[in-house]
Amino acid sequence: MSVAMRKQSASLRADSLGVSLGSTRALDDVSIGFEPGWSAIVGANGAGKSTLLRTLAGLQAPRSGSVELDGRRLSAWTARERATRVAWLGQHAETTGELTVREVVQLGRLPHHGLFGAPTAQDESIVDAAMHDAECAAWQARRLHELSGGERQRVLIARALAVDAPILLLDEPTTHLDPPHQIALVQLLRRRAAHGVTVISVLHDLALALLADRLVVLDRGRLRAVGSSDAPALHAALVDVFDGAIRIERVGARWVPVANVEW
Amino acid sequence: MRTPDQQRRARLATRLALLSLVLLLAGLAAGSEGWSVRELWLTLQHGDAALIVGQIRAPRTLGAWLAGALLGLSGALAQGLFRNPLADPYLLGSASGASLAVVLVLAASSLTGHGVALATAGAVARLGLVGAAFAGALLGVSLTLVLARGAEQTTRLLLAGVVVGVLLAAASDLVTSAAPDALRGKQAFMLGSTGFLSWSACAVLAAGLLVALPPAWRLARALDALTLGEDAARSLGLSLPRLRAALVGALALSIGVAVSQTGLIAFVGLVSPHLVRRFAPAPHGYTLLASAATGGTLLLAADVLARSLMAPQEVPVGVLTALLGGAYLLWLLHRRRIA
Repeated sequence: MSVAMRKQSASLRADSLGVSLGSTRALDDVSIGFEPGWSAIVGANGAGKSTLLRTLAGLQAPRSGSVELDGRRLSAWTARERATRVAWLGQHAETTGELTVREVVQLGRLPHHGLFGAPTAQDESIVDAAMHDAECAAWQARRLHELSGGERQRVLIARALAVDAPILLLDEPTTHLDPPHQIALVQLLRRRAAHGVTVISVLHDLALALLADRLVVLDRGRLRAVGSSDAPALHAALVDVFDGAIRIERVGARWVPVANVEW
Repeated sequence: MRTPDQQRRARLATRLALLSLVLLLAGLAAGSEGWSVRELWLTLQHGDAALIVGQIRAPRTLGAWLAGALLGLSGALAQGLFRNPLADPYLLGSASGASLAVVLVLAASSLTGHGVALATAGAVARLGLVGAAFAGALLGVSLTLVLARGAEQTTRLLLAGVVVGVLLAAASDLVTSAAPDALRGKQAFMLGSTGFLSWSACAVLAAGLLVALPPAWRLARALDALTLGEDAARSLGLSLPRLRAALVGALALSIGVAVSQTGLIAFVGLVSPHLVRRFAPAPHGYTLLASAATGGTLLLAADVLARSLMAPQEVPVGVLTALLGGAYLLWLLHRRRIA
């Protein structure tokens, strides 16, 4: 079922989204749609990137506006239905307990078989594939608290991949990863996107974000710009959002951010 | 082929079963004159002595195991629910609610001139105390839930539990200052005892275990998901308010039943899941069951020790569990510091 599901793509739309966190307006009138492909959400600290991702995942209730998954309001889906369609990985994963790597990744299958069901052989093969993709299969019998920060992050990525959902939301997935694993993750996200998955990631690392199909620029809770990474208008928005501290330059076939530092 | 983890789990399960069996026998043999198997055999030959074993030692021994199992289960539930290895199952107002209810009954009986003491209480009075303790535990937890406005937020739940604990303890202090006769009964209840367990108490304890264990075990996967954080658990399709309500229900039931029969026995609930995690770390499905078995084994061991250490005198079992549990935690602390 889930293999069929992955081929069946999904769409996610935010409509005039407003979110308040306490007395702070975290998001204000954000409207944007996501289709299969890789979108990176960027912006300065406190711009509302994580809040947008959490709201898209159904973890944060909007104050105004709505999120629609496949044309239906997110709140109208049952929690389990939604969880099979939208996978989410948070930024500060505070993990406790004694689970092994494999047991953690297996939790990604929970929305599919539920609390009272048992994992099938197909669930296990999806778990194997996820661990392989996130390069953590080699230490699947080790416990999460025995791993380094980067290793643990790869396990948590595998857990999100194991949901095998058509929409994959990742908040700062490159945290703690060394450069080779950052590149490997980017390649993995591109592959998943090419196979029809809607990948939406928050990235503070602009160099990585500029490798995405599309960038979503947030500025103090508002949508500032949306566009592909080679659009001059998008570059201008980025420079502006970061107060001119960077410029975007072309290196070979790619665009990279360069810090404006005078020594 | 079994993985090392599975081997450790199987080993712990076998050891717990063997230890429980040995302790059950020891519990039957342990009398007020020290204990010996030969003595037990001789005792069983005589009619009225068999009565002592059948009506006093057997229910006490089985009851101690069952009460310990309920405490161990509630400890594993509390630590999973609060995602904190130091969470005590007596949090959430269950302990303070139960002791206030017991104090109220004792005070009322002494003020109306029908002095009731835990040790000498007749069947009806004991039933009243047991019922009061159970109702008090449930009321304490309910009060905590009301104060925390539901089980939605763990921190608020924890704080509300502390507040309820302090308030109810103050209330029971107030009652005992008005009716000082209730103090001794309160002290006995706070110390905890396995000395008054009858067959009917065993039936109540067994029923509590049978009712609380299956739903707790069914929710074990949700506790596993909670180890990744509350948001991650929600993103996996779990409804946290409903989940917490079910877990708090199972927790209150097992604590309420246990303290109503044995009083507030310390540390068994806190230490049992620790021991399980140390000897056989596992997902919650195993930890819950093994913590119950460990709790049963621990309390039964403490009960046998309490009976035989200074025979014919009896050491209060709650004092023993507190000493042993405290020593264990101290050792854990020491080991951590070295590591």
